[in-house]
Amino acid sequence: MKNINDKKQLLVSAIESGTVIDHIPASSLFKVIKILGLDRIRNQITFGTNLESKTSGKKAIIKIAGKFFEDDDIDRIALVAPKAKLNIIRDYQVIEKRVVEVPDTINAIAKCMNPKCITNFEKVTTHFRVVSKEPVALKCLYCEKITDQERLEII
Amino acid sequence: MKSRSLVSIDDLTTEEILKILTLAAEFEKNPVQDILRGKVVATLFFEPSTRTRLSFESAVNKLGGKVIGFTDSSNSSVAKGESLNDTIRTVNNYVDLIVMRHPIEGSARYASEIATVPVINAGDGANQHPTQTLLDLYSIQKTQGTLDNLNICMVGDLKYGRTVHSLLMAMSRWKTSFHFVAPEELKMPDEQKLYLRNLGLDYHETTDLNEVINMADIVYMTRVQRERFSDPMEYEKVKNAYVLHDYMLSDTKPEMRILHPLPRVNEISTDVDGNTKAYYFEQALNGVYTRQAIICLLLGLK
Repeated sequence: MKNINDKKQLLVSAIESGTVIDHIPASSLFKVIKILGLDRIRNQITFGTNLESKTSGKKAIIKIAGKFFEDDDIDRIALVAPKAKLNIIRDYQVIEKRVVEVPDTINAIAKCMNPKCITNFEKVTTHFRVVSKEPVALKCLYCEKITDQERLEII
Repeated sequence: MKSRSLVSIDDLTTEEILKILTLAAEFEKNPVQDILRGKVVATLFFEPSTRTRLSFESAVNKLGGKVIGFTDSSNSSVAKGESLNDTIRTVNNYVDLIVMRHPIEGSARYASEIATVPVINAGDGANQHPTQTLLDLYSIQKTQGTLDNLNICMVGDLKYGRTVHSLLMAMSRWKTSFHFVAPEELKMPDEQKLYLRNLGLDYHETTDLNEVINMADIVYMTRVQRERFSDPMEYEKVKNAYVLHDYMLSDTKPEMRILHPLPRVNEISTDVDGNTKAYYFEQALNGVYTRQAIICLLLGLK
């Protein structure tokens, strides 16, 4: 006989402690991995993608064992996953939930849309001031041109 | 210690702008001084701009400093493929201040992060050229006695003109009424107009120079370039509508002055040159005093 709890079976296994990032658009999963540098850390990471979402299309979820992020770090994913939700887990319990927010400055992760900008010619780390959060508009510290949501590219 | 650079006009507070203008007036009274004795200034011109370079070099020479540099990157290490980063790091060792002109936007900000000596942006592509803006402000203040409550009439290519955009941003710090005179294809962009609206400043747009010239305190002329037009017929239609002639000045305000960032091609008829309202060559001279002021301020010598 099937247990009633089977319905709630997790598609991605639970972690004892660490961070769960949920409600990532499936198409942004690998961008989030890159932005957070998850491809370079040694923690155990499990992820699922193309999962059904009640609210919007296909979603992805990432679980990182033993890892807790600074707010500034995690906010950087707001550019590609504005509706992402974080669950901070300790001892299999969610001890804190938070949503991401577009930060005031964006460094090193976005590309300036201006083909004549120095950041597209030399190895310059990009720096932007966020001039609008919804929709996102970034002003390049170097060429002073605006990169908007439509032309936003993650490096 | 990191020194102070001038990359964008927005790097300066209004107090600092006024201080530069006051200093420029002092240099105008006494342009030859020994303030820069023993100092070396680099003029790195990655693209040619003879007028700007000579103005800077004159400013340094009159103050007893020495100038080293290049006038065109084709005969420098850049032609061998050296990065801007390496060029700036190297030159930084040789000089007390770097003046830089570069075709790539944002290059001056980047250079100012690498250098430990002050960097003055002498134009980075279509982005910024703050010393031009400061000499324009100096010329306006000198001829009008104030920067407040002036009617500024900008004429010609207002869409691509870097100088008019910077001047607009700078003059918006004072109570200025702007009049934009341009063909449809080269109108002032919405971004600048929105900026003025947000500040509650007046502006007025027209395609007819005669409509507004008599109320102007400053007429700021720019070149209408053929290559800016998608349709060559459009250029042919408007090319003569934005040319200033002496007869058009008869009913203008007595203290009105005509400015132009130069070089001029045909947008100001040479018959205007003899009129006391023609000010563009004096404006170029003011550039030397203004640059003397900027250099001394950044080096902490004034």
